[in-house]
Amino acid sequence: MAPILEIKNLYKNYGPVEILKDINVSIDPGDFLVLVGPSGCGKSTLLNCIAGLEPISGGTLQIGGQNMTDVSPKDRDIAMVFQSYALYPTMTVAKNITFGMKVRGVDQATQEQKLKEVARQLQIEQLLSRRPGQLSGGQRQRVAMGRALVRDPKLFLFDEPLSNLDAKLRVEMRTEIKELHQKLGASMVYVTHDQIEAMTLATKIVVMKGGVIQQVGSPAEIYNRPANLFVADFMGNPAMNLIPAKAMKNGEGTKIEIARKDGAPIVLTDAKNRDLPEDVIIGVRPEDIAEPEFRASQDAQFAECMVDIVEPAGADTFVVMQMGGKQVTARLHAETSATPGQMQRLAFDLGKVSYFAPDSGHRLN
Amino acid sequence: MTDVTIHPARSQSRLGKIALRWLLYIILGLFALYYLMPLFVMVTTSLKSLEEIRTGDLISLPRVVTFEAWTTAWSTACTGIQCEGVRPYFWNSVLIAVPAVLISTLVGALNGYVVAQWRFRGSNLFFAAMLFGCFIPFQVVLLPMARLLGIMGIAGTIPGLIFVHVIYGLGFTTLFFRNYYVSIPSELTKAAKVDGAGFFRIFWSIFLPLSLPIIVVTVIWQFTQIWNDFLFGVSFSQAGTQPITVALNNIVNSTTGVKEYNVDMATAIIAALPTLLVYVVAGKYFIRGLTAGSVKG
Repeated sequence: MAPILEIKNLYKNYGPVEILKDINVSIDPGDFLVLVGPSGCGKSTLLNCIAGLEPISGGTLQIGGQNMTDVSPKDRDIAMVFQSYALYPTMTVAKNITFGMKVRGVDQATQEQKLKEVARQLQIEQLLSRRPGQLSGGQRQRVAMGRALVRDPKLFLFDEPLSNLDAKLRVEMRTEIKELHQKLGASMVYVTHDQIEAMTLATKIVVMKGGVIQQVGSPAEIYNRPANLFVADFMGNPAMNLIPAKAMKNGEGTKIEIARKDGAPIVLTDAKNRDLPEDVIIGVRPEDIAEPEFRASQDAQFAECMVDIVEPAGADTFVVMQMGGKQVTARLHAETSATPGQMQRLAFDLGKVSYFAPDSGHRLN
Repeated sequence: MTDVTIHPARSQSRLGKIALRWLLYIILGLFALYYLMPLFVMVTTSLKSLEEIRTGDLISLPRVVTFEAWTTAWSTACTGIQCEGVRPYFWNSVLIAVPAVLISTLVGALNGYVVAQWRFRGSNLFFAAMLFGCFIPFQVVLLPMARLLGIMGIAGTIPGLIFVHVIYGLGFTTLFFRNYYVSIPSELTKAAKVDGAGFFRIFWSIFLPLSLPIIVVTVIWQFTQIWNDFLFGVSFSQAGTQPITVALNNIVNSTTGVKEYNVDMATAIIAALPTLLVYVVAGKYFIRGLTAGSVKG
């Protein structure tokens, strides 16, 4: 299948400042691509470039197999949902939704029919004669989606559409967007700074930092095999534990030694014979450090650790310890017996561990 | 009563507050009276006969109310050698002010829209230059403008005066609209672009309907400026195209024999009425428009 969106060697400069550097992304029809990164990483600029609202400084951009590099937004067959919703304040909801069709000269009957369809789909039929000022945040969000849906475009673009909603509504709308994507099977590009949104919605994630793509992959790939320290730290909450350690090869695998402030270092043995430098940073997800009775993995290694802080969070209890000069968080069972100031026997699942080079930050395994 | 006995200090301060409030009202009332005094003298004088003005007191009410001075001012007062009142000049002013206000407002809105929402290379410089235009004194442009009007062949005509007022007003109208449109999120323009609308479509369908408050402000401002203008009116007009401000000056300054104060007063009030009317009708939008900032999406 030909990719619906293909970006090759895209550059974007504002004067001498490089905002986007050598961006290469392509998605297949039906993909849900999420661009995620901290603020200022260029993700919104990239979306604006895809929409044609910002001219690009280099490279090419294809939508639906056609070169769109210099095509104006209205001819790209895209629809866009904005963070501030950008509803036309003086028009009713119905007029907001049909404005695009009106501009394009679609006949009245078709407009009416499509409006009805979309209004039913999003359950906003009772709002059609209201103005945006009379709507709540969630309702405005729906209308903005309606304006995009009615166009039935090749590609949907979302620019942080949920960040103006309160936490509860955000989760609801997130589910709705996911449902909509599954129902329509449409291709979508979605920008967010919220890594949970990225994980839950995406079929493909692009992690960006400073205008450079850090990693492209499925949510599972990004989560389990982060390409560098930045991605490891950015994706996941609580963040992945990144602990400085010493690695040594011995006969039956790789010995990992983590220094401790008081007492002997923790020594773990990775069953695989890995080719690692002596200084490494090992990355362990909080859920991969657990009580031995709940972690039956064959790659599990055990160690006694001094517990500093216990944070019950309802479903889980987070336990914070000191290892290799860093705070390390473990996600334990809700009814754990761990108490601050006591030693606790923990299992480290080395089957899912990541190794990074301390200087370059790149993944080593 | 219990309150008073329990909290004497508080009740004292309440009395003090009331006294202060009354003092404030009295001072404000005095100021209002002071400012209304000239208008009062103008209105009463215009309703008196010449005989009464000579014998009576400046601030006394008219013994006999007569509108004779008003009819004289409107249709028979002499401006120099002609004696047809201010009526033709009043209509001249209307013919100058209405198109000049409309054109300068519309072009200002377009300029403001471009500078605020369609940034181009040098748009800030363009805006700064427009802004600078607001601060150029009238007198500076008189001679070059006279030359330009001559070259264009509209010297001494009403279109010529309209042209002058439009040009001179653009700096202000652009400033007003630009500051208003700059507070409108640029995502609105982006959304409309994605929807397929072009430059003018976005202006007509989205920005103009949002602009009522700032249109009112601009119209009041421009109308007041243009209607009250004397310098351009006297410099760039000729017999038959003079605005009412020039006629007022001529009536007041060209007396034969007795000075008809009642006619002068009536003429002055007629000349001021349209701007007064605009403020009364649209005044509340003026305040609202000046303070209106962001548009809630």
